[in-house]
Amino acid sequence: MRTIFLHLHPARVNEASIHFNRTFGLGGMVALLIVIQIITGILLRFYYTPIPAEAYNSVVFTKNQVLFGQFIRNIHYWSGVFLLLITFLHFMRVFLTGAFREERKINWLFGLVLLLLIVLLNFTGYLLPWDQLAYWAITVSTNIIGYLPLVGESIRTMIIGGKELNADTLRTFFTFHTAVLPFLLLLLVLYHFWRVRKAGGILVPETVEKPEMVPTMPNLVFKEFIVALVLIAVLFIFAAVFNAPLLEKANPSYSLNPTKAPWYFAGVQELLMHFHPLFAAFIIPISVVAFMAWIPFIKYDDSPNGHWFISEPGRKSSENTAKYAAIVTLAGILFNEYVLNFEVLLSPIPAFISNGILPLLILIGFMAGFNKYYLKKLSLSKAELVQAVFVFIIVAFIVLTLVGIFFRGKDMALTFPWNV
Amino acid sequence: MKKPKHKKEFTKSEPVKADPINRRDFFNKSWKWLGIIAAVEVTGMFTGFMFSGKSKNNSNPKQLLEAGPVDSFALSSVSAFMGGRFYLARQQDGGFIALSLRCTHLGCSITWEETHKRFICPCHSSAFDISGKVLNPPAARALDYYPVMIENGIVKVDIGILMERNTFRKDQLQYA
Ligand code: HEM
Ligand code: FES
Repeated sequence: MRTIFLHLHPARVNEASIHFNRTFGLGGMVALLIVIQIITGILLRFYYTPIPAEAYNSVVFTKNQVLFGQFIRNIHYWSGVFLLLITFLHFMRVFLTGAFREERKINWLFGLVLLLLIVLLNFTGYLLPWDQLAYWAITVSTNIIGYLPLVGESIRTMIIGGKELNADTLRTFFTFHTAVLPFLLLLLVLYHFWRVRKAGGILVPETVEKPEMVPTMPNLVFKEFIVALVLIAVLFIFAAVFNAPLLEKANPSYSLNPTKAPWYFAGVQELLMHFHPLFAAFIIPISVVAFMAWIPFIKYDDSPNGHWFISEPGRKSSENTAKYAAIVTLAGILFNEYVLNFEVLLSPIPAFISNGILPLLILIGFMAGFNKYYLKKLSLSKAELVQAVFVFIIVAFIVLTLVGIFFRGKDMALTFPWNV
Repeated sequence: MKKPKHKKEFTKSEPVKADPINRRDFFNKSWKWLGIIAAVEVTGMFTGFMFSGKSKNNSNPKQLLEAGPVDSFALSSVSAFMGGRFYLARQQDGGFIALSLRCTHLGCSITWEETHKRFICPCHSSAFDISGKVLNPPAARALDYYPVMIENGIVKVDIGILMERNTFRKDQLQYA
């Protein structure tokens, strides 16, 4: 055991890097949750049958007849949710402490790939129970691909192996979920760890004194142990109290109302309510991912100093950008829903323009205005400006996601969470 | 500017001018090429393996489903055939069309509302009329349909082929 830990960590670490509120232990939590997913996933596999006629019954059997079946299934469900949430927090932490630049830029890219892999694992897993929730969420999500011009329809047919979800889809998703993706994830996680060490460990703020190096064992390992215990306790409480959802068996003739995308796609789903699918599902998300991949390669005037939000003006501007982004996004949603619908209003113009280019230009106008009348006045450094853009995107994304999950009810109309 | 590759190599092997491609170079190159060829072959094998078995679903042979005698369907009525995944819709003028259950927006299953004489999608509330024409977005295309054949007064639907269309046209209807 001792040697395993010491292979993942160097023998001595910088005292400052193991303060809990430096990283909140998020990266370590992700690693632990991956291990938990693999163990519980393998357990579930002992009872799961990947054929449409059997899959649902096999999950019901696991749940009702197998000792601890419900509990193991719940852990797998909740740990999948936690995994995505905590990976996302880890991603924000890395950005906001500036640890994505210079010798860490390749690892930032690998981190993005890891985030994508975890989304894909959640997505492929979502189909497996083959209940109404799974069937319609995956139907709607995969149909979005069909809106990609020219190649969309054939890509969709390739992924689901036909026009509608069928036995091939389930078998393909199962293979990806339980073999291809976990294997890739493990490989990349190990590489990710190795690169953290290679970059000289966690980025910490420079101090006047020489950094104090302390032995990893017990200083770091003990802290990790505490974080692990607390996380496992929280996870088990969730799994004991809240059951993983399971509706009736999938019925291709009868759709749920509302049919929602899986929760981590609720942001894209919300965008779909306001933009032409080509913009909502491709142009906007792909630009955001491209931006995230590009930020370490921008030429900055200074090196990252390891401080949260870089500096005091950096913190202030991020705070105001966050508020502005939340207000603009919420106002945009309400305005488009209740006041003015471009697609209906400008119906002679193709929806691609009236409901795509036009609202996007308006949104960019709001961002540019904010830049001109607020950010410019603060004479921020380049890194602080990029940080503001990052904060804007992330906050808008979070607002869209929350609205999609908690405020969309019957007929996908806006309602309050207790009516959803 | 980057030097062209052959030039660089030429300068490197200048001392052995008489034999510009020496033995070691030759073998090293051959290994490299063999490696690349092997990688391409393996990739080809994997892709072939992955995709060759998957196309079988797309070209179903003719699959005729008997819906019933022409007279059993009233004018301007809709009958559900859930097993065949279609609604048989008889228009006001007696024409038949077999409309797919799948909403053209994102693929949910539509239902027929007798009171309003229209199809409604529960997912994002698109609506279609009895011929499959869009009454209400977000759906943009008319409902897909299956070919209908009428033989000896019996309505048959070929559920092997799904026909896609943008709008409704009269020639998509079948008459007895
Ligand atoms: C590492 C990341 C993983 C994530 C994020 C993940 C996520 C998920 C999710 C979200 C579900 C659907 C649960 C539900 O809706 O009820 C699921 C189901 C399932 N997963 Fe995973 N999983 C992971 C790894 C694995 C592994 C490694 C295996 C097996 C080797 C596995 C086997 C299964 C099985 C058999 C099911 C279906 C059983 C059920 O739904 O109760 N998973 N997974
Ligand atoms: S799937 Fe029918 S309206 Fe969206």
